[in-house]
Amino acid sequence: MMTTLVAARVSLSPSRVGAVINRNVGALRSGPAYWVVLISGFFEPLLYLLSIGVGVGALVGDLTVDGHTMSYAAFVAPAMLAVSAMSGALAETTFNFFFKLKYMKTFEAVLATPVRPFEIALGELVWAVVRGSVYTAIFLGFMVALGLSSVAGALAAFPATVLVGLAFGAVGMWVSTLMRGWQDFDLMGTGQFAMFLFSGTFSPVQNYPVGVEVLIQLTPLYHAVELVRGLCTGIVGPGLLVNAAYLVVMTVGGLWLASRRVEKMLCE
Amino acid sequence: MAAETMRPLHPVLAVVERYVLLYRRLWHASVFSSFLLPILFLISIGLGVGGYVGSIEGVDYLSWIVPGVLVSTAFQICIGESTYPVLGDFKWVRAYHAMRAAPIRPADIVHGHLIALILRVEVSVVAFLVVVLFFGGLHSPWALVTPLVCALLVASVVTPVTAFAASIESDSYFALLFRFVVIPATLFSGVFFPVEQLPVVIRAVAYASPVWHAVELCRAATLGREPTWPIAAHVGYLVLWAVVGLVLARRAFKRRLED
Amino acid sequence: MADQPLIHARGLVKRFGDFTAVAGIDLDVAPGEAFGFLGPNGAGKSSTMRMIGCVSTPTQGELRILGMDPVRDGTRIRARLGVCPQLDNLDPDLNVRENLTTYARYFGLSRAESRKRADELLEFVQLADRAEGKVEPLSGGMKRRLTIARAMVNDPDLVLLDEPTTGLDPQARHLVWERLFRLKQRGTTLVLTTHYMDEAEQLCDRLVVMDAGKIVAEGSPRSLIQTYSTAEVVELRFADGLDANADYAAKLDGIGERIDPLPDRILLYADDGDDAVSEVHRRGLAPASVLVRRSTLEDVFLQLTGRTLVD
Repeated sequence: MMTTLVAARVSLSPSRVGAVINRNVGALRSGPAYWVVLISGFFEPLLYLLSIGVGVGALVGDLTVDGHTMSYAAFVAPAMLAVSAMSGALAETTFNFFFKLKYMKTFEAVLATPVRPFEIALGELVWAVVRGSVYTAIFLGFMVALGLSSVAGALAAFPATVLVGLAFGAVGMWVSTLMRGWQDFDLMGTGQFAMFLFSGTFSPVQNYPVGVEVLIQLTPLYHAVELVRGLCTGIVGPGLLVNAAYLVVMTVGGLWLASRRVEKMLCE
Repeated sequence: MAAETMRPLHPVLAVVERYVLLYRRLWHASVFSSFLLPILFLISIGLGVGGYVGSIEGVDYLSWIVPGVLVSTAFQICIGESTYPVLGDFKWVRAYHAMRAAPIRPADIVHGHLIALILRVEVSVVAFLVVVLFFGGLHSPWALVTPLVCALLVASVVTPVTAFAASIESDSYFALLFRFVVIPATLFSGVFFPVEQLPVVIRAVAYASPVWHAVELCRAATLGREPTWPIAAHVGYLVLWAVVGLVLARRAFKRRLED
Repeated sequence: MADQPLIHARGLVKRFGDFTAVAGIDLDVAPGEAFGFLGPNGAGKSSTMRMIGCVSTPTQGELRILGMDPVRDGTRIRARLGVCPQLDNLDPDLNVRENLTTYARYFGLSRAESRKRADELLEFVQLADRAEGKVEPLSGGMKRRLTIARAMVNDPDLVLLDEPTTGLDPQARHLVWERLFRLKQRGTTLVLTTHYMDEAEQLCDRLVVMDAGKIVAEGSPRSLIQTYSTAEVVELRFADGLDANADYAAKLDGIGERIDPLPDRILLYADDGDDAVSEVHRRGLAPASVLVRRSTLEDVFLQLTGRTLVD
């Protein structure tokens, strides 16, 4: 997550990245390392959980949010889960989608068949979410094993992580149809990272100044974290419906906009 | 003929110049990761989470993690600049082959890259220290030595990673490096919490990591106290990595550029 | 110094494991010469060039570049070489001029001198108006010219060009040739590899044909044609060609020096093409088309290295 983001960004030079991607995507996809990376996708959020949740958690002790007391690890774990669902879906639908759209001309080939843009968008999204969901399922398993969530909570949270994946994947796909070049990914990464730090992931948003708090409540990761955390911890309220609705709107809107853009770019 | 006497006095310097020029072209792409991100991190974890931590080892949590974030920022820059760009200059840009056709030796390239990165990291380190000063995160004039510690860290990290980048064919190995080396080294090297909290087995991993030694030295400096181990032990360990890494990197470059 | 060969090789061998890329070659290149390595892919041209460029150590044999030993004095030799590699390795993040100035600094030129050289060379390769521009949008021919300019930045005694026009369109090739020809006129020693016959004929005073790691012929383009071919070549096409060419070849037996039946035409090698054509008609044969042309290096090349594709 963070480290990968940072490492990718430090070395960022649009022409270099372009060249790397252009010439090496084949090798990347088939190399032995690729499979290890693919399979170990759950590893990063887990390390974050152990470091910040458990390690820093030992310094924090218990946390009281809205009158409910929980361990710091139990507070952070659902946030890491939501972030994992978000970044898993975004990785597939932004960088890879953009690459297929702009360089591999994959979609042009597909569109020569009876497949329609909306179906392409949907297909890409489903693949992204399926892949991401495997990671979130494994991560939920760790949470239950570490006593950070009940089995019932984990079962309830799983569909929520799928929704998070769908929501970010759909919007990410739309955003990547608007990208002018690789440099725009830098901007997107920045936004993604800022959300990662401040969406109530590491400390409750209630601690921020009111203005900041309201601003955060407008951003999508906040709703994802709230929804997943509510279900994992079993502290449910009507607010969760608002969070879920926000994500549903993202999914539908993102898909609609993305397929419209693909149609415009490829069918005209 | 002019060419007769033309010999580069400082081939390493010429290599450094190329990197400086590249940095001047591309610095804006790294503003976020080198300057803004560490500050955002301090705000989120140092202030946000720190509010719940209270004090640790006699200081507020923000002051405690300042040296950690400082070192991990330097570490990230080293990793970022020694992976894709190095492999790229071998494989795609082929800049090293161009240098090699000129009177530049493989070792000159290794040294030039290292020096350029030290300069690059120092810019970020100094900017970070200035900002942190306003947060009240520095408690001792010894903080002035942290740039030196970071330079040493750069040498101990850049050289082995460069050697690795010079030895592989596919960049997909970097993903493994990030996931299984870089991220654990960032998260479990005393950046966010004392390594004494870790189970003994994992603590050994922290001790093995150059990041932990640099964090210890920087923390001792910014807080004005003694580091966990004798200073000579921390410094010696970092120097060891730098020396071994340098040997490996020079060998890897020579092997890849000569046959 | 003036009379000493810039490149002197005896029994030069390069092996990679079990594979022998260069199997013992002898050559001398004199100052001011334009020397070419001609050969199919995999003939050992690039391996030889890399040894001459002092970036690859000879496995065996004697090699002196500019009178020095490439193993011991590699750095000193490279200071006086200009290298234009087969694949452009320009720096995409630097602008056009910076690519030259940065490179000049590798040779120890001062900043002011680097800048001056860069501007002169950009003028020379007709890229002065692109000096501040990026490298990426340049066409293939422009990039190649820039790489050639970069190879000239240290005012080299010897310029090595590995397939200088491979992959360029015809106009771009001619522009590159024209610039290289000017270099040659200035007295710069050029060593190039190519598998284009027209390129070798255009640029080289002397060339060697390499095949399977060995030199199979050496001389000026003209002398090679005289030695390995006839003055003229007659190309005959028959209406029912394709399958019948072997039969026609038998009927043509004895005309000219040599007959080469190809699937689509028959080549008659003869010193007087018109005589040969008359003889063809005298034998009652009526080709659908007849072309009499001068022999080219291509005829030499195919004669020496065979018609099988070595890709």
